[in-house]
Amino acid sequence: MNPIDLLSLPFMQRALIAAVFIGLAAPAVGTYLVQRRLALMGDGIGHVAVTGVALGLLTGTSPTWTAVVVAVLGAVAIEVIRERGATNGDVALALLFYGGLAGGVFITGLAGTGAASLQGYLFGSITTIDAADVIVTMVLAAIVLVTCVGLAPQLFAVAQDQDFARVAGLSVRFYNVLIAVLAAVSVTVAMRTVGLLLVSALMVVPVATAQQLTRSFRGTLTSAMVLGMIASLGGLLLAASAPAGTNVAPGPTIVLLALAGFVVTWPIGAWLRRRQRLTAPFPADPGDSPLDHVDTAEHPHVHGPDCGHIAVRHGDHVDYVHDGHRHAPHDEHYDEH
Amino acid sequence: MTDVVRLTDGAVAIDGRPVLRGINLSVASGDFLALMGPNGSGKSTLVKALTGLLPLTLGSLELFGTDMDHFDAWSRIGYVPQRPGAASGVPASVWEVVAAGRLGQRRLFRPLTRADRLAIDEALEIVGLAHRARDGISRLSGGQQQRVLIARALAGEPELLLLDEPTAGVDLTNQRALAATLGTLKQRGSTIVLVAHELGPLAPLVSRAVVLRDGRVVRDGEPLADHGVPHAHHDQWEDADGDGGHAVRLSGPLEGRTQ
Repeated sequence: MNPIDLLSLPFMQRALIAAVFIGLAAPAVGTYLVQRRLALMGDGIGHVAVTGVALGLLTGTSPTWTAVVVAVLGAVAIEVIRERGATNGDVALALLFYGGLAGGVFITGLAGTGAASLQGYLFGSITTIDAADVIVTMVLAAIVLVTCVGLAPQLFAVAQDQDFARVAGLSVRFYNVLIAVLAAVSVTVAMRTVGLLLVSALMVVPVATAQQLTRSFRGTLTSAMVLGMIASLGGLLLAASAPAGTNVAPGPTIVLLALAGFVVTWPIGAWLRRRQRLTAPFPADPGDSPLDHVDTAEHPHVHGPDCGHIAVRHGDHVDYVHDGHRHAPHDEHYDEH
Repeated sequence: MTDVVRLTDGAVAIDGRPVLRGINLSVASGDFLALMGPNGSGKSTLVKALTGLLPLTLGSLELFGTDMDHFDAWSRIGYVPQRPGAASGVPASVWEVVAAGRLGQRRLFRPLTRADRLAIDEALEIVGLAHRARDGISRLSGGQQQRVLIARALAGEPELLLLDEPTAGVDLTNQRALAATLGTLKQRGSTIVLVAHELGPLAPLVSRAVVLRDGRVVRDGEPLADHGVPHAHHDQWEDADGDGGHAVRLSGPLEGRTQ
């Protein structure tokens, strides 16, 4: 089946719409989680949400909604534990994660539906979502997006410096809980695409990729959202256009594509950072009297803009760096700086 | 005219242990007050209590004539915390950090106004970092980062500026830049309260010094400049008697000259 035919199939169109919204929303929340050094929080919420899905399967209600409720409760619990600052807070989080996962598998067993029905939520099944699911996905993702972008100044400030934010009159607790709830909502929205066990990847990996090349928060947020959307659309299309007979799951493909983006970007980022460090201006000497004047020995090489040596600004002139020396042009010779 | 800050018989405890006791402190509009004292004397705790970050266990605090419980004019206060040690997980530009200082003026879900942008640019100008606005904050030196935090507080155009150890770990060049900034603010009539271990270049600006020792105020009055005393650049607070019998020394008169 060629790609054009594929796009005309209704289930594929629904999947594409869901992929766009989730690809944008997950990294938007993820940026704030990474900023708070809570990159694994999405993973933790994902584990807790498994219990929510299982409760839905057991009671015969929509697993999406039970997952939203349980994930929000779990996220708020994580935030409370974090705020209390218990010394072994990470252990408390681990208890919550494993409790969520074990509880989910246990309850699914009680429901008698077996592991197969849970699998779709654990690893995603984007091509099976129906029209109602797409609308729920769009609405929830849109709420997440509007909040993350619209309240960006407040959320940024609270994560950057809590004390300052409090003195600026912000309710720090409200914004902390808000981020936790947004994270929980995006986890449950994204569970249909990439699955609960991989959802954290879609929240974190595009952010890690974006910040290889960005210097500002806004730049990171925007490019993470674009990268997330490219990964989720691209992964879905890649999986769908796999040759007949092979079984390529969209969820893992999306995550692997996002990771590939990081692998490609990281060396560029490392190179840029190194270059920036090497060419950062040397601070001008603050002393009142000039340092002793030291000529270089006989210098066979003429330094210039294209001489191949790194040129670094130093106060009002340029130093050329080579072999551990800094040579500054002075009349007909060079000075050691 | 009401005092900007009025703390009456204030006590602060951290985790149940009393740190500050019996503090009476009034700051009048236009004061440039230095909170001084040895490590552990409660200087930073007092500043945090004045911002409301630490609750009083006893006593009462009024800001701009309003009791702290009902205070909500947060945009009148600018707070400069001690430089955070750990960088955040996502890069942020200098401009973005300073822009956070406008939060007190901004309404939810609204973009920056023209006035916001002007205030941000001016704050960066005052601390002399306008040319670094687009750089990542982590690329700046410690002293420059401290100046960014001051610019953030200035962007909110506060009437009262509270600074927690702005000169700690900052070299002399940056301390002079800081003194120039605070001098500008003082001329504009801002009220400034800062915690300092040593005044250094700030000395000529300080109109009043409050010395804490072991959580109590042991001296409150004009800073004593000592003329003609050699080696006058070390402040020996640790040696000051609690009874105020010793002349508390601040700094030489020439020290604060900028460039």
